[in-house]
Amino acid sequence: MLEINNLHVKLEEEDKVILKGVTLSVGAGEVHAIMGPNGSGKSTLSYVLSGRDGYEVTEGTASLLGENILEMEPEERAAAGLFLAFQYPVEIPGVGNMTFLRTALNAQRKARGEDEMSAADFLKLIRAKAKDLKIDADMLKRPVNMGFSGGEKKRNEILQMAMLEPKMCILDETDSGLDVDAMKLVADGVNALRSEGRSFLVITHYQRLLDHIVPDVVHIMADGRIVKTGGADLALEVEKNGYTDLLNEVA
Amino acid sequence: MAVPKIKTDAAEARIAALQVPEGGGWITAARGDALSRLRAIGLPGRRDEYWKYTQPDSLIAPEAIRAAVFENDEGPMFADIDRLKVVFVDGVFDADASDDLAQAGLEIERLETAGQADIHWAKDLYGVLESHGQTPVQRPLAALNTGFARDGVIIRATGKAVKPVNLVYLHESDSSDAILHHCIKLEKGADLTILENGPAAARFNKVMEVDIAEGAAFHHVRTQGRDHERRAVTHVFARLGAESTFKSFTVTVNGMLTRNECVIELTGDDAIAHVAGAVVGDGDFLHDDTVFITHDAQRCESRQVFKKVLRNGATGVFQGKILVKKDAQKTDGYQISQALLLDEDAQFYAKPELEIYADDVICSHGSTSGAIDDEALFYLRSRGIPESEAQDLLVLAFLAEAIEEIEDSAIANDILARLEGWLGRRRR
Ligand SMILES: Nc1ncnc2c1ncn2[C@@H]1O[C@H](COP(=O)(O)OP(=O)(O)OP(=O)(O)O)[C@@H](O)[C@H]1O
Ligand SMILES: [Mg+2]
Repeated sequence: MLEINNLHVKLEEEDKVILKGVTLSVGAGEVHAIMGPNGSGKSTLSYVLSGRDGYEVTEGTASLLGENILEMEPEERAAAGLFLAFQYPVEIPGVGNMTFLRTALNAQRKARGEDEMSAADFLKLIRAKAKDLKIDADMLKRPVNMGFSGGEKKRNEILQMAMLEPKMCILDETDSGLDVDAMKLVADGVNALRSEGRSFLVITHYQRLLDHIVPDVVHIMADGRIVKTGGADLALEVEKNGYTDLLNEVA
Repeated sequence: MAVPKIKTDAAEARIAALQVPEGGGWITAARGDALSRLRAIGLPGRRDEYWKYTQPDSLIAPEAIRAAVFENDEGPMFADIDRLKVVFVDGVFDADASDDLAQAGLEIERLETAGQADIHWAKDLYGVLESHGQTPVQRPLAALNTGFARDGVIIRATGKAVKPVNLVYLHESDSSDAILHHCIKLEKGADLTILENGPAAARFNKVMEVDIAEGAAFHHVRTQGRDHERRAVTHVFARLGAESTFKSFTVTVNGMLTRNECVIELTGDDAIAHVAGAVVGDGDFLHDDTVFITHDAQRCESRQVFKKVLRNGATGVFQGKILVKKDAQKTDGYQISQALLLDEDAQFYAKPELEIYADDVICSHGSTSGAIDDEALFYLRSRGIPESEAQDLLVLAFLAEAIEEIEDSAIANDILARLEGWLGRRRR
């Protein structure tokens, strides 16, 4: 599904290297988790994969379903099936949530040569999905993420994911800022989407989310590299002992 | 202070190129007074503080600069609304294209004929609000208008009007230089909507005086057409009685030069005045909103919302003042002017001013100019929305606060659709 090979990334504006050779392979239907200390480059990886400006790939490759995504525009990557649940979802005054999601859904369909979804079908679908995530209709009417609490923003990311049905979902700290019940809702939302043709890359600091979304593989990222890869129990180890021992062991 | 000779010379040169309309009657005296006002103050020059950001040259020159007529492929504005159409072609009333004025359920007459009839209320209005609006800031082009306007409408509403009056300004001649003057009087409790649309002429000078009595409501929606080369200076002078309402919205698309002045005086307690504008400009385009609102009564509310989207060298200007007199306690004044600059060549000049002499008031104002929010743009694109479409969404979102000032949702949707069309035509 997602193949990242020896990816080196620096900031466009300064000589700061952030990713120093990331190699990662997520198979179809798999759930991978990335953990790692603050500032190790996890969000940068997710931004580079989704095509945000400001980064320069100096070496390495990244492909989605065999296609080189690094050359694509962000919207093309989305249409190809990539989705990033942002660590910090953006507020957009003046653009209604519904308009936004319908425009996005239909733009992706159009890009893939599919028919647009009718307004009525869209409404039915979003109501059902919003209900599952306990997002009330009033929130949908508001501008994108405006006046949403931290946890509501995260749930809104998952709603978008559920509506857009991407193939490769990257979740950047979707669990942070969520209360226990909301975490369960989000995890249920993710688990409901798990399928053979859909993969997840879950960036998190906490084992708790991984209790609900059990990963196939856990990676530890430090200073721009994947320094250790293991099974679900690796996350437990991090939770118990922190990164220091782990990183010393690698170094 | 002596008026600079260059200004009085400019006035004389302009006056020499014009003819005071024939007629006689009360209006001749009003025109004569206006002419004296104009001669005394002269026409604006480049050094006028009030014209600091907008060069008045092409508006004051004796001859209008030619403006090619633009072939507009959009359907006519307000066509779906049951309205009374009053059509002016290059500033001249066109009876054939207009609806029967007698059908209006209003007192409505052409200025040309009204000037000689003994219409006492018009006598008390024509040039009166304009003249009053000359202090504390002079508006010479409005005095010029009162002195030389041949045509226009005078309207008096005594109750709720059956339908809106739509003033349609068609532009057919490349060299037309039009001056129109309208007087509108709303008696106690009356309710009237005025719709205006069209480019009007190569050069257009329009004044509208609106006198709103106690409890009356005036609604105004204006679209200044897509004609690329036209130039216009317009003035609205409004006086509001107690518990009356004035709501005015203007959308401006294209046009080389537009200066819209709006001078409002709240003279009765608990009155409400809203003025709003949405502007989209590309290239050789300057749009100037100059607003002066005087609070001279208690518990009045005024609101100014102006948004401009500018690209490719287009320039936006906003000069907005709220003056709160000493006894205008509990005034609620709000003013916002914002520009969205779509590239580095676009410019926005804003001069917001508050002058407050009462102590118990709430007044706020804000002005910003900035580019499209990159974070928001990326967020939209990351969900699959192509860049140009995402940008349009953000532009329309930016205009939303102004568009929301339009009271009629059908009109608001129509205007939105036209703005989307304008943006769509500019997609790279
Ligand atoms: N645009 C930028 N300008 C300057 N520094 C940046 C930029 N983007 C990332 N960095 C730096 O790169 C490093 C990696 O940041 P990144 O956000 O990817 O970390 P992270 O692993 O997601 O951290 P956290 O766990 O705190 O979310 C940090 O030192 C950060 O300050
Ligand atoms: Mg991060």
